[in-house]
Amino acid sequence: MKVLQALGIVLALMLVAYVGAALPGGRTLFGVVLPYLAFAIFIIFFIAKVMDWAKSPVPFRIPTTGGQANSLPWIKQNKLDCPSTTLGVIGRMLLEVFLFRSLFRNTQAEVHEGPKLAYGSSKFLWLFGILFHYSFLTVALRHLRLFTDPIPAFVHALEFGDGFMQVGAPVLYQTDLVFMAAVTFLLLRRLVLPNIRYISLVADYFPLFLLLGIGTTGILMRYVLRVDVVSIKMLTHGLVTFNPFIAESVTGIFFVHLFLITVLLAYFPFSKLMHAGGVFLSPTRNMANNSRMVRHINPWNDPSIKPHSYAGYEDDFREFMVEAGLPVDKELPPKEEAPAAEGDAPAES
Amino acid sequence: MANTKLEQMSDSVAKDPSMMTGAIPKKDWMDTPAIFKPGNYCYPAKQDMVEYLDKNLGSKGLFGEPRQWDVESDDWKLPENWKDIIIQGIKDRLDKFRSFKIFMDCCVRCGACADKCHFFLGTGDPKNMPVLRAELLRSIYRNEFTKAGKILGRLAGAREMTFGVLKEWFMYFYQCTECRRCSLFCPYGIDTAEITMMAREILHLVGVGTNWILEPASNSNRTGNHLGLQPHTFKENAEYLIDDIEEVTGLRLESLNFNRKGAEVLFVIPSADVFAEPGIYTFMGYLLLFDHIGLDYTISTYASEGGNFGSFTNNELMKKLNGKMYAEAKRLGVKWILGGECGHMWRVLHQYMDTMNGPADFLEVPKSPITGTVFENAASTKMVHISEFTADLIKHGKLKIDKSRNDHRVLTFHDSCNPARGMGLIDEPREIIEAVCNNFHEMPENTIREQTFCCGSGTGLNTGEIMDLRMRGGLPRANAVKHVHDKHGVNMLSCVCAIDRATLLALMEYWNPGVEVCGVSELVGNALIMDGEKERDSGLRFEPLAGMEG
Repeated sequence: MKVLQALGIVLALMLVAYVGAALPGGRTLFGVVLPYLAFAIFIIFFIAKVMDWAKSPVPFRIPTTGGQANSLPWIKQNKLDCPSTTLGVIGRMLLEVFLFRSLFRNTQAEVHEGPKLAYGSSKFLWLFGILFHYSFLTVALRHLRLFTDPIPAFVHALEFGDGFMQVGAPVLYQTDLVFMAAVTFLLLRRLVLPNIRYISLVADYFPLFLLLGIGTTGILMRYVLRVDVVSIKMLTHGLVTFNPFIAESVTGIFFVHLFLITVLLAYFPFSKLMHAGGVFLSPTRNMANNSRMVRHINPWNDPSIKPHSYAGYEDDFREFMVEAGLPVDKELPPKEEAPAAEGDAPAES
Repeated sequence: MANTKLEQMSDSVAKDPSMMTGAIPKKDWMDTPAIFKPGNYCYPAKQDMVEYLDKNLGSKGLFGEPRQWDVESDDWKLPENWKDIIIQGIKDRLDKFRSFKIFMDCCVRCGACADKCHFFLGTGDPKNMPVLRAELLRSIYRNEFTKAGKILGRLAGAREMTFGVLKEWFMYFYQCTECRRCSLFCPYGIDTAEITMMAREILHLVGVGTNWILEPASNSNRTGNHLGLQPHTFKENAEYLIDDIEEVTGLRLESLNFNRKGAEVLFVIPSADVFAEPGIYTFMGYLLLFDHIGLDYTISTYASEGGNFGSFTNNELMKKLNGKMYAEAKRLGVKWILGGECGHMWRVLHQYMDTMNGPADFLEVPKSPITGTVFENAASTKMVHISEFTADLIKHGKLKIDKSRNDHRVLTFHDSCNPARGMGLIDEPREIIEAVCNNFHEMPENTIREQTFCCGSGTGLNTGEIMDLRMRGGLPRANAVKHVHDKHGVNMLSCVCAIDRATLLALMEYWNPGVEVCGVSELVGNALIMDGEKERDSGLRFEPLAGMEG
């Protein structure tokens, strides 16, 4: 149900772009106005979100320690999973951001008769997650050819490397395939695994369909329909140089492709896709485990919260303490009568 | 003991339809209500406990309206504006904790955490998947605080705050032990412990809390320890154990003392070590060790609880209870503080104490008077873990040890959640065990060290009324113990946590009869060759040593 809702929304968006671009003024709206607007929304709200996180206080130093801490000199510290220095934290963050270190630990649990629990290694999510992110990055970087003139050397190099198998004409980029395969895997995983399906929201399927839509239209344009790249570049390069021009040869499918990207950009800052920014700020990962070495300051620490005082404690229990031979700060008041009977002690529960 | 028979429970875990056995609930989780029945909830806090704590924290309403209420009823006698209190409570915490904000925003529901939770593995209840546990709160956050949630509603995973949601929170944020295992596997480090802490703080604001947490917390505040032992009783209990030590070793230890000004070291323990089996044997181990090395220490009856029940409620009470340690260290004029074997206590000491109640500039950087080792890793907080301290003594050959005195034990070691994932104290206890025992076997790698499983009853869940749930939550730990019990004949589960010592005992009795539980310091106490002692024929719990049976 949720998956169909998400699919339906994406198909509707595609239809809107296809039909909309054919209406009077539609080409400018979908080719120029909305992309500019979406890009502005993306930049402004992405930064706003990150700033909002960054300015919230971090009251306590709470790294999740993933191995042996810095301790006695002969005990080997796990410097990457339990860093105690800034350098170590940078190392941990690099592993996390570039290699998805935590996801690499993933296991899968099963319950068998007995009961017996078993934990197997489970690296598929890590593998396809990393394939998706890196192929997406490569595809995005390759698209720089449409926004730059002259095209930077590294984009050429990337294109060459990405098509090194030299299959087909135009040459097939491996990342196109990897991207589609990885997104498809991530979608199928959500549909097939019962627990993942159960936790999935429309907001989880939607970006996947959006990406599939973007990938499919892109692949169709390059390999099947062979759209006129020169006129497309005139528009895209025109967009970044604030001189957009839409040639007649730019067709409907391009507007669908562009509109889905437009939606992705505008949707990004308000969605779970913000994990891209959040991962850098996660206090369980980006803090050093040196809590006992260096005092961490809580900006809103409340100095008015004091422990129940020793004096109050002693007042409460002084007689018992004296009787039990425990040292006291304040002696019992001298008594006029002889040492009292048991019933003299204050009743305490 | 749990109500459900072992066979029935075993069948239920492996075969009853649940998400662990492959059954998919027909209804969406948002449409599945939480239903309370005897055995699946902790008893609510008594009115006088709420009154007492509220008064002692400046009457700010942190624990809500004191009243009697019934969890199974549909009228929790909530204040009229309870929803506003909750929403404001969320807002206040979003403004105070970056962790909370990021963890509300960043989850992609990849599900890596789903089967990492011991409560999920034992119950198969989808809402025990850490991701869904967090969604219970996140859905409200979206509805109130995000544009997407406000505009798109349920499409964006948002829903309105209702009494049904409140019930869900009370159920599932009290089926989380803040063990952080999910956080280790999360690609963004989302820590359900943080989320549960926030949720419990918020629940307390409308007077929804459990007695098993608030009563010990009240006791800790007034008497210094969670059971409410008054100073003389605390001292008496500890002294009984001196008698027991004498019976085992023939030695009368003269070194135990209380509230002594001018001692070098203040020793703080989880108070259960003074009165509850098998913690008392751990305590005997501490005392033998200190006597053996001639440590100049004292124990305070005022700061006699290391375990911080406040940390299961809100950061204010955590701070207040913890504050006693520095206050007492200052009053007694000690140089530094040594801490006993305790899990939650060390989470607080390691990650919160200095920030909340420091700077401890009246103390010195801890230095072992025996080995001269300076504990640089505790340079600011000035508090050292007994395992660090002991491992250092062993490394420098300062202890006379007879390992064979633990030969009647085949050991494994349970990493407690907090020392493992909130501190990184992993190899120190192992060094000690290797030095004082001959038979030690690790449990499978997915169940130890940073991947360790909770005992199933942390954060104030070790109460009798939810015993079945605890046995389910503890199943992953018990199962790993069973593995080494069957394979290597392990008969002793060692640990460095007082809650473990209480809860693993019940867990082993249920799932793995024949496996006992001990603190690491008990093993040290058994192995120490004390000057002038008699030939020992029994261990600290009067059990015959190997070769001394019969």
